[in-house]
Amino acid sequence: MSAPADLRTIAQIAPLIRAGDLSPTDLVERCLGRIEHSASLNAFITVLADRARAEARTAEREMASGHYRGPLHGVPVSVKDLIDVAGTPTTSGSAVPARHPTADAAIVTRLRAAGAIIIGKTNLHEFAFGTTSDESAFGPVHHPKDPSRSAGGSSGGAAVALLEGMCFGSVGTDTGGSIRIPSAVCGIVGLKPTLGELPCAGIVPLSTTLDHVGPMARTIADVRALFRAMAGTDDVAREPGHMVLGVPEAYVGERLDPGVRAAFERARSTLRLAGHDVVPVGIDGADCTPDVYLHIVLPEASHMHANTLVRHADGYSPGVRLRLEMGGYLLAEDYVRAMHLRDRLTRAVDAALAGCDCLLLPTLPIPAPVLNATSVDVDGHRMPVRAAMLRLTQLFNMTGHPAIAIPNGSTPDGWPVSLQIVGRRGATARLLDCAAAIEGLIAGQTGPVPVGKSG
Amino acid sequence: MDINAWLTAAIADAERRGLGDLRPLLETLARSTTALREAEGSARPDTPTPGTNLPPTGEHQE
Repeated sequence: MSAPADLRTIAQIAPLIRAGDLSPTDLVERCLGRIEHSASLNAFITVLADRARAEARTAEREMASGHYRGPLHGVPVSVKDLIDVAGTPTTSGSAVPARHPTADAAIVTRLRAAGAIIIGKTNLHEFAFGTTSDESAFGPVHHPKDPSRSAGGSSGGAAVALLEGMCFGSVGTDTGGSIRIPSAVCGIVGLKPTLGELPCAGIVPLSTTLDHVGPMARTIADVRALFRAMAGTDDVAREPGHMVLGVPEAYVGERLDPGVRAAFERARSTLRLAGHDVVPVGIDGADCTPDVYLHIVLPEASHMHANTLVRHADGYSPGVRLRLEMGGYLLAEDYVRAMHLRDRLTRAVDAALAGCDCLLLPTLPIPAPVLNATSVDVDGHRMPVRAAMLRLTQLFNMTGHPAIAIPNGSTPDGWPVSLQIVGRRGATARLLDCAAAIEGLIAGQTGPVPVGKSG
Repeated sequence: MDINAWLTAAIADAERRGLGDLRPLLETLARSTTALREAEGSARPDTPTPGTNLPPTGEHQE
């Protein structure tokens, strides 16, 4: 049996696999072919070709004997190379000596139990400490649309692997936006669940306070299928009904690329025209978000790498090493201040959501930046690339609210734009319901904003 | 600790360790720390001045 090239989603292939019309072996071969064809993009660090073929044969035997595990059975999935897969080095994208796990990360165990095939480990910004995936010992991850541009990060390889059909689902991590940012840059879907909802056991930490793990895929339905397996839940998709959607106007601010702003206004207008309420909301104290984030992530990352920095300082990329060293100078009293302010921000986002189903905002203020750029022009303002890319995502790592990035058309020159939807803490399933409804309304919306309909 | 004193000490230590490239990052961090402290002050206007409302010596240790 062959695997038609136009099959791109789990929702498309799962029923064919179950019916015996599409074999996992063929799917694995197709994905391996795509990985080889686009090897210059540096999406993968380790390709588990032989193991994936063996897992495909096992899946076929199980299904032939009547044991169907569900919609991920026989589906090739990749994991970020910060996540342990037994018998495979976890490099974290670094030249620092890798760790060699003898057990799978908890999240990998759950995906295997659901029948997923682990096809390989994707490239990333070294130790997940960056947003552009251009500081990796295995070379920068290139954007498929233009290899001189970044695919975003830190889970950049995962996004490229999905975009290029090298796998059907992927697992990333998100400490300040590292699932949502590459999803936005590449035009796919990425979910950061509620803080603590998915286990981080067997994943190299960056910041134990802010780290999340979550699924990435081409559609919300696929992300939901992955999330259900990763969380061990059996929730079913529901129509969300009428939605009240809050836009945190002051937090979104003025510094947006014009193409991003136009796409956001277009989405807002479309949702209003569909009968949903789109209302302005405030997030008290949100202007201190980058400062609070910096004073948590820097010392926690520095602590995590303290011993390795002493023994293998030269193994780090220069930029990553400097950020880690910087964290060692931060005062304990300021770390405590940041943790107090984090609690305040959490309450502020809870309050903003009190009268809303979800918050709506752009995921990323800019389209794909040029690789190795340190600053970027954002609507006439020069900003550091990292600060610009983290600006609208990092808040929800601190507050723990679930947040999803979904495609929202493109800029006039064709770069993907993304919409971020934020739900209430612990209500990730409801967030997915709302996001699916919004996805259905804004999909394909690439034209100009209707005159008089924005806002 | 006063931020200017902290910054001076941090830059001196970084340069002693051959990490002179840290200077602009530490200067940026100092500005961010100033903003963080101001945010804390505006968030908690009733925060007692250190030393004015502490329990008797020996009762605030772990």
